[in-house]
Amino acid sequence: MDLFEYQGKQLFADHGVPIQQGKVATTPEEASAAAAEFIAAGKAGVVIKAQVKVGGRGKAGGVKFAHDPDEARAKAEQILGMDIKGHTVHSVLVAEDIDIAEEYYLSFLIDRSDRSFLSMCSVEGGVEIEEVARTKPEALAKVPVNPLTGVDAAKAAEIVAAGGLPEKARSGAAALAERLWDVFTREDATLTEINPLVLTKGGSVIALDAKVSLDDNAAFRHNFDQFADPGSADPLEAAAKAKHLNYVKLDGQVGIIGNGAGLVMSTLDVVAYAGEAYGGVRPANFLDIGGGASAEVMANGLEIVLSDPSVRSVLVNVFGGITSCDAVANGIVSAIGMLTARGEQVRHPIVVRLDGNNAAEGRRILEAAEIPVVEQVATMDDAARRAAELASAAATGA
Amino acid sequence: MAIFLTGESRIIVQGITGSEGRNHGARMIRAGSNVVGGTNPRKAGQTVELAGTELPVFGTVADAMEATGADVSVVFVPETGTRDAVIEAVDAKMPLVIVITEGIPVHDSATFWAYASAQGNATRIVGPNCPGVASPGKSNAGIIPADITTEGRIGLVSKSGTLTYQMMYELRDIGFSTAVGIGGDPIIGTTHIDCLRAFQDDPETDAIVMIGEIGGDAEERAAAFVERNVTKPVVAYVAGFTAPEGKTMGHAGAIISGSAGTAQAKKEALEKVGVRVGRTPSETAGLVREAMPAR
Repeated sequence: MDLFEYQGKQLFADHGVPIQQGKVATTPEEASAAAAEFIAAGKAGVVIKAQVKVGGRGKAGGVKFAHDPDEARAKAEQILGMDIKGHTVHSVLVAEDIDIAEEYYLSFLIDRSDRSFLSMCSVEGGVEIEEVARTKPEALAKVPVNPLTGVDAAKAAEIVAAGGLPEKARSGAAALAERLWDVFTREDATLTEINPLVLTKGGSVIALDAKVSLDDNAAFRHNFDQFADPGSADPLEAAAKAKHLNYVKLDGQVGIIGNGAGLVMSTLDVVAYAGEAYGGVRPANFLDIGGGASAEVMANGLEIVLSDPSVRSVLVNVFGGITSCDAVANGIVSAIGMLTARGEQVRHPIVVRLDGNNAAEGRRILEAAEIPVVEQVATMDDAARRAAELASAAATGA
Repeated sequence: MAIFLTGESRIIVQGITGSEGRNHGARMIRAGSNVVGGTNPRKAGQTVELAGTELPVFGTVADAMEATGADVSVVFVPETGTRDAVIEAVDAKMPLVIVITEGIPVHDSATFWAYASAQGNATRIVGPNCPGVASPGKSNAGIIPADITTEGRIGLVSKSGTLTYQMMYELRDIGFSTAVGIGGDPIIGTTHIDCLRAFQDDPETDAIVMIGEIGGDAEERAAAFVERNVTKPVVAYVAGFTAPEGKTMGHAGAIISGSAGTAQAKKEALEKVGVRVGRTPSETAGLVREAMPAR
């Protein structure tokens, strides 16, 4: 789960990471009031920053300076509602103006290759770190961190020295790095990134930005609900989440339901290949109903997929392993019964491919149920082709 | 021979009294696995009946090993206690620990992996969030359906569960020496490379099929390993060409791997070293058939 800058900064502050102070505003009036407070406290002005979970907001015009409350209101009005790379701005952070002397980079993250943790640090901050990695890789230090020993004062000093931070910033940056490690471990983060980490003209080191990703698997030991962001989710994804379905909305026309993340990912690919022959028909979603594939989960899944207005056909691709195909077939039959009972009319063709344990019996059950919209195809490749063909025919009205 | 898991393997189930542990413990026994007991710290001294067999429940892994000579543990302990369960097995010097539990915090996986490394990696960890290891006709440790395939001479290593079953089923006429589900979590114990090395050394394996998916650079690293160390035919499949980017991978993740983590990058890395990569699971199965040496 990615956090907004203001949420990340709140976690930073909770663990003693020095931050640029700010207040969240969702209206121009709130922004103006927040600016008035900072200016009354002696700040030269405020920075109005769009709160979006995507990089490049500065270039997109989502960060603006204001000298007084009226200007803050006007700038907030421009930024709120702005679209930045497909993300609508619903709130801004009104932050104190900082006299910046220098800008650096610091992060902790998961190192998959090393099956461990990694700190990255660079004297080249305030620019896209991918750019630094590409053009000046020697300026980006990568320091492995052992999960058992973590980051103490000595390790923190090693990290900021490796990043090439100047002497005047090192003790402040090292102290901050120790605190940032606390955020990373105690909050179960998969990424804590500060870009830029700044040295102020007053000589202190503070986090000007905060990028934090939290590990959803660790929700059982945290209160991650406080970061829930229902407003920004796709409505279908939100509805699916409420039903505990693993669903991702895509932009195609063939609704996909399958069991197991790998098989569903593979099904998307196979449908996309097949769709090349039918005018570029693509998968409309990813939906993994898990190993069990019970009737109720199948019904919920079908309901979500069929409520997507861009869906023209549905492909149900299930491999019967532990749950054998006769149970899955009964699940599909009851699911369609449940949908009918809920008053949902199933208008789109549903191509079903069942394979694995007891496949013959599963196919017989579906056959015997004589559901007009259901069509069975024996192999995954042929089923994908048929689903793509049906979607294409529906789209052109053929 | 097979790899990691053989007919001689003696298996315990950590979390044997829970519903998952009981259900899959019984399935393992019906598949012919030698399940010799299990653990639950609160039920030490009791027994549990699985598939008609009375099995002893021990308080600790160390006690279970001493009493039964177990050399494999399959972990079904819920995600809140998985880290400690794995560390306990490492402390007991269990040779092979297969972690089925899904939804484990990555900080916990990083911790138990670092712990096992600090003990010199005397314990092989498979998983977490994996379907387990199956050597058809010999033993089955985990949740891989036993009756979808047969014993044979293909070695399989995969990040994905159902895609593994699909492949085992499509190639059931040829059969498998061992299938290892390594799991798709960001931090896992046994890797593609570990399995490639073991299959290369296994006289009962003639060809290897490798199933990967988007994220990280494990497939790229496996490709480099194949080029230098594997002489047996290797066929691969990679899932996720159409999956949206940047959903689970952190912003900085792609930098450290030196790869974008895309399916296309993985496919290209594998093909560059002569590994044939199928476009669909069925096409991949066909490539495996072609790759099997005549015997």
